[in-house]
Amino acid sequence: MEKYYHSVTLDKEKCRGCTNCIKRCPTEAIRVREGKARIIGERCIDCGECIRVCPYHAKIALTDPLASIQKFPYKIALPAPALYGQFRNVSINAILTGLLKLGFDEVFEVARGADYVTEFVNEAIKDPKRKKPIISSACPAIVRLIQVRFPELIDNIINIESPMEIAARLAKEEFCRKMGVKEKDVGAFFITPCAAKMTSIRNPIGIDRSWVDGAISILEIYGPLYNQISRLEDDEVLLQKASPHGILWANSGGESSALDMDNYLAVDGIQNVIRVLEEIEDEKLTDLEFFEGLACTGGCVGGPLVFENGFVAKNRIRKLSEQAKGRHLSREEVVDAKEKIQWYFEKPILPKPVMKLDDDITLAMKKMEAIERIYEGLPGLDCGSCGSPSCRTHAEDIVRGYASEMDSVFKLREKVKELAQQMIELSEKIPGGKTSNNGK
Amino acid sequence: MMTSRNHIMEQVYTVEAGNFVLAGEASGQIKKVLKQLGVDSNIVRRVTVAAYEAEMNMVIHSVGGELILKVTPERITVTARDRGPGIPDIGLAMQEGYSTAPEIARELGFGAGMGLPNIKRCADSLNMQSKVGEGTILEAYFDIKAR
Ligand SMILES: Nc1ncnc2c1ncn2[C@@H]1O[C@H](COP(=O)(O)OP(=O)(O)O)[C@@H](O)[C@H]1O
Ligand code: SF4
Ligand SMILES: [Mg+2]
Repeated sequence: MEKYYHSVTLDKEKCRGCTNCIKRCPTEAIRVREGKARIIGERCIDCGECIRVCPYHAKIALTDPLASIQKFPYKIALPAPALYGQFRNVSINAILTGLLKLGFDEVFEVARGADYVTEFVNEAIKDPKRKKPIISSACPAIVRLIQVRFPELIDNIINIESPMEIAARLAKEEFCRKMGVKEKDVGAFFITPCAAKMTSIRNPIGIDRSWVDGAISILEIYGPLYNQISRLEDDEVLLQKASPHGILWANSGGESSALDMDNYLAVDGIQNVIRVLEEIEDEKLTDLEFFEGLACTGGCVGGPLVFENGFVAKNRIRKLSEQAKGRHLSREEVVDAKEKIQWYFEKPILPKPVMKLDDDITLAMKKMEAIERIYEGLPGLDCGSCGSPSCRTHAEDIVRGYASEMDSVFKLREKVKELAQQMIELSEKIPGGKTSNNGK
Repeated sequence: MMTSRNHIMEQVYTVEAGNFVLAGEASGQIKKVLKQLGVDSNIVRRVTVAAYEAEMNMVIHSVGGELILKVTPERITVTARDRGPGIPDIGLAMQEGYSTAPEIARELGFGAGMGLPNIKRCADSLNMQSKVGEGTILEAYFDIKAR
């Protein structure tokens, strides 16, 4: 895949070059240059903070259109559990039936995938050799955040696939076996609450190729799906299989509460997650066994591509989970799944130390010194008018060659003053100017 | 404050006694600097843990001082220098579980007596000197090995 594929992109037409997004980006990946925002590909983790904060809707997530499912003779829908929280007074079963009516041949709940992941993680936790706390790999924005900002914690990330991947693999395997069709003829589509998942399909971490063939945003499918649901008859087939625990994965803390232990911490909202990761890195949380960090407020229910208010959806998920009819997985089912599919990462997760100034420490030190010198000359207002998120990053940008000193209005003002002074001096030297006439 | 000459970089952070609002800020800055310098993440973690413990000791046990980060391409040195009251018996202070932390520090979760042993574990070598009535100077060294 492309080196820096990102679902999060800029709609240049709509961007007005304001500084809302540059200040909110947790990896300082956005700059305003020539009046438009620009995303630094190697830093972006697709968390979607900028999508939420842009008042002009110029930050968008590229996802697949619903029509793209037609590329495959057979189509499977993989609804994120967050989808269940989008509709008022609609059962999970009705939502799943609605998906079939939309043209999918099969639905496989990602919440069921989550049930499997819970079992896999429960086993992994028992391994005393694992670095603690074990960090959940469920939110791809957090995995990428760790690659960029917390490389020391990479080994803590659990090397188990996400519920989405597990669901896709099990669904395809089952479907192909049942229908006697070839895997290449079956397309699995994730119904996504976020851009991060889309990116992890195109550019996965820990595996070479995702088993998911596309992602349709909840926002896009909401209308057509609601249409189908409102026309449903009563006699639906029972499709809902995920356990109450699997459904709760839509909410922050859902993943953790399903585990066989309570020494966990579940944190949502990317800035909060960063704060806790700092503490884990500094060995301040040594008795912690499991850490669940979700980039979005409230969990996936608060994803950037959902329709419903995340707090309302969270409450609905809680109720739906209580009413869920699905049962827990049996021992045999878990063993069987492990035999049939690749359920753990094939490749190591690599650090992406984009914050470092240079590979050579001597040069990095020189650059740091230069940054400090430039920084001292800046006003320290962090106003963003230079296009960088803070005076400090502006100084860094200059040293890294991303910016020029004259991007700062303050430096420009100084320069203009200086030029004005030079002009006066110059004019004084010109014959006929003030000096030559002076008192003579 | 920062000075840098002939491949030596030095940063000095003031640490105030009893100020829990600012506590941890100096070691947090040190971590950021080292990450930007591209120092191996395992070393960054060890330096940060040691710097944090030394910083907290100055906040809790001393009348105040400074934390100094010195970086050369071969070695990182964290120095904690305070203006008193000094440690009467360093050997005793180094023992696991030994602590004279006051009640208010214990209520905040400090005072387990593991700070100095932790610094020792993290650093590649450690040098500590103290004079009662004058102050304590702790120097923790970390080698930057080419990996
Ligand atoms: N900078 C310092 N000034 C004075 N005494 C100190 C200083 N640092 C450590 N000590 C003494 O050493 C003891 C052990 O320190 P440490 O191992 O960090 O444990 P703790 O801070 O939990 O007490 C402290 O309780 C204190 O008596
Ligand atoms: S919390 Fe959920 S919705 Fe938000 S970025 Fe992570 S995986 Fe996506
Ligand atoms: Mg201590």
